[in-house]
Amino acid sequence: MPVEIDIAKVASLARIALSDEELRRYGEQLGAILEHAERVQQLPTEGIPPTSHPVPMTNAFRDDVVTGSLPAEDALAGAPEAEDGYFRVPPVLGDS
Amino acid sequence: MTDYEAVIGIETHVELMTDSKMFCGCPVDFGEAPNTTTCPVCLGLPGAMPVPNAEAMEGILKIGTALDCEVAEISYFHRKNYFYPDLPKNYQISQYDVPICHDGSIAIDVGGEPTRIGITRVHMEEDTGKSIHMGGGGRIHDAEYSLLDFNRSGVPLVEIVTEPDIRSAEQARAYGAELQRIVRTLGVSDARLEEGSMRFDANISVRPADDPVLGTRAEIKNVNSLRSLQRAVAFEIDRQIELIESGGTVVQETRHWNEETGKTTSMRSKEESEDYRYFQEPDLVPIEVSAEWRDAVMAALPELPAARRSRYQGLGVDARVAGVLVEADELGALFEEAMAAGGDPRLIGNWLSGEAVAWSRAENTAVGASPLSAQHLVDLAAMVADSTLSASAAKQVLGGVLGGEGSPAEVAEARDLVQISDSGVIEAAVDEVLVAHPDAVEGIRGGDMKPIGFLVGQVMRSTGGKADPKQVQQLIRDKTAG
Repeated sequence: MPVEIDIAKVASLARIALSDEELRRYGEQLGAILEHAERVQQLPTEGIPPTSHPVPMTNAFRDDVVTGSLPAEDALAGAPEAEDGYFRVPPVLGDS
Repeated sequence: MTDYEAVIGIETHVELMTDSKMFCGCPVDFGEAPNTTTCPVCLGLPGAMPVPNAEAMEGILKIGTALDCEVAEISYFHRKNYFYPDLPKNYQISQYDVPICHDGSIAIDVGGEPTRIGITRVHMEEDTGKSIHMGGGGRIHDAEYSLLDFNRSGVPLVEIVTEPDIRSAEQARAYGAELQRIVRTLGVSDARLEEGSMRFDANISVRPADDPVLGTRAEIKNVNSLRSLQRAVAFEIDRQIELIESGGTVVQETRHWNEETGKTTSMRSKEESEDYRYFQEPDLVPIEVSAEWRDAVMAALPELPAARRSRYQGLGVDARVAGVLVEADELGALFEEAMAAGGDPRLIGNWLSGEAVAWSRAENTAVGASPLSAQHLVDLAAMVADSTLSASAAKQVLGGVLGGEGSPAEVAEARDLVQISDSGVIEAAVDEVLVAHPDAVEGIRGGDMKPIGFLVGQVMRSTGGKADPKQVQQLIRDKTAG
C-alpha cells in the first residue's frame, strides 16, 4: 500500500523548489520510506519505553565559560550578501 | 449591552544573564559591533554541535522553583523548524512536549482581590538574532531588504507561559510586574523590558460573561513596558468587544502594539498556518533533574518578593507600603538596614514610601543618592518615640536630612522643631487658647467633645507645632472637665 503524502507541501515547508518530475520522483521515494515506517509501527511495542537517544546518557552540559568568537569577517565569509558587518537578506515579508 | 469577560494568557521571554551563550562559548554581551560574538554553533554552520550551558539550566530551575512549578525528572530539547532570517539554523532549539518546569503559579493582588495566575510551563530555548529592516521607513512590510546581527542568537532564553487566568489589563500588568520582580530577585536576568531582556506576548479573547466557551483570541506583540502591557491589553479588550457588538467577528491573528498611536494593528502575516515539525534535537541528550539537584536549588532560593512583603506586613507595615519597599531596591535596602539597627518598622516604612518617594520625585533624584542613611531613620524614629519630635515635625526633619541639611538632631535644632518639654510653657499656651475660645469650652463642658480637636489645633499653632499634641489634648480634657 503506497502512503499518500502531499509532497508539494513538504517541499514548500522546506523551501525547496521542485519541478513536476522531481515532485513525482521524490513523492515516490518518500512514500516508500513512510511505508517502511508504517510497517515498523505495526510491531508490538507495548511496555517498551520510547527511545529518543541510543546512548544512555543525560546532562551533557558545559561550564558557563566564554571561549571566544569568530572575527566578523570570518562570520560573514559565507554570506551571499553582507553590508556594514551585517548579513544582508531579501525582504522578510516578501512574496516567496 | 452584554457584559463581557476578558480571558488573557501571557507568554514571557526572559534572557538569562549568563557569561556565555546557551549552546556555545560566545559571550553574552550586548552593544558589541554586529556579528562579533558569533561562532559556528550560533551561526548554524554545518557540523557544529551545541552543548547546553550548565549555569543556564541552573537559572531556569531557579525560575521554575520560584514559580512553584513541578520539575520534570526527564525533559528534552526539540527542534522547532521555521524559516525566518533571524534564525540562522532554520530551527530554534527549544522544548516541546516535556518542558523542564510545569504547573506552577504566581499570586497577584489587584484592588485587594488576591488571584493566583497558573503557570502552564517554563521551558528553555535560545534567542534569535536581531534584524534591521532597511528602506520603506524601517517598517517590516515595506522593507527593501533586511540586515541581520547574530550577536543575540543563542543567548539563553526562558519562556514562561501562563494559563488563561488573567481577566483584566490591571491583572496583566500586576502579573508582569511580579514576574519581573521575581526574576530580578533571583538574579538570573536584569529583566529590562525596554531593552528586550524581558518580553511579553499577550493572548487576549473576550466572551459574554456567562459563556463557558472561549472567544477567538488575538496575540499582541511588541509590548516594551509594563505600562504598555496594560494599555495594549485594555485597548485590545475594547477593540474586540466593539467589534462583536457591531456585528463583526474577531480573527485569530497576531497584532502589533503601537506605542505612539496607542493601538494594536494586524500584522498581515502569511495565510498558511505554522507547521513547526517539532522533533527531538538529536545532538542533545535528555536533561535529568535529580531530587538532590531540585532540593539544592530550592534551598538556595533567596527570599522572594511575596514572602518579603508578608514579612514586612508582619512587622506592622501596611500592605501598600510593603509593596513600595519591595519594589524599589534602594528603599528596601534602607528599610532592611534600619530594621537591623532596631528602627520602628511602621514609621520608617511610611517615611520611605511617603516622604522619601515624594522628595525623590520632586527633586528628580534617587533616594539612594541623598545623604539619608538607615541610622538617620532609626534616630528620627527614636526622636518621635521619646516625644522630642511630633510626627509632623519628624516629616519636616526628614525633608531636611534628604536635602543635605545634616543629621536629624541637627536639622531639628536648626529648624527649631524640637518639642517643648517644659510642661509649664505648654500649660500656659493651653490656658491662653481656652480663654480665647469660651464657646468651645462651654460646648465641651456641655458634653460636645468635637471642639477638642479644634482647640488642640489652636495650641499647636500658637506653639509653632512644637507641643506634643497628646499632652495638649490631655491638658484640655483636664482643664475643661467638670
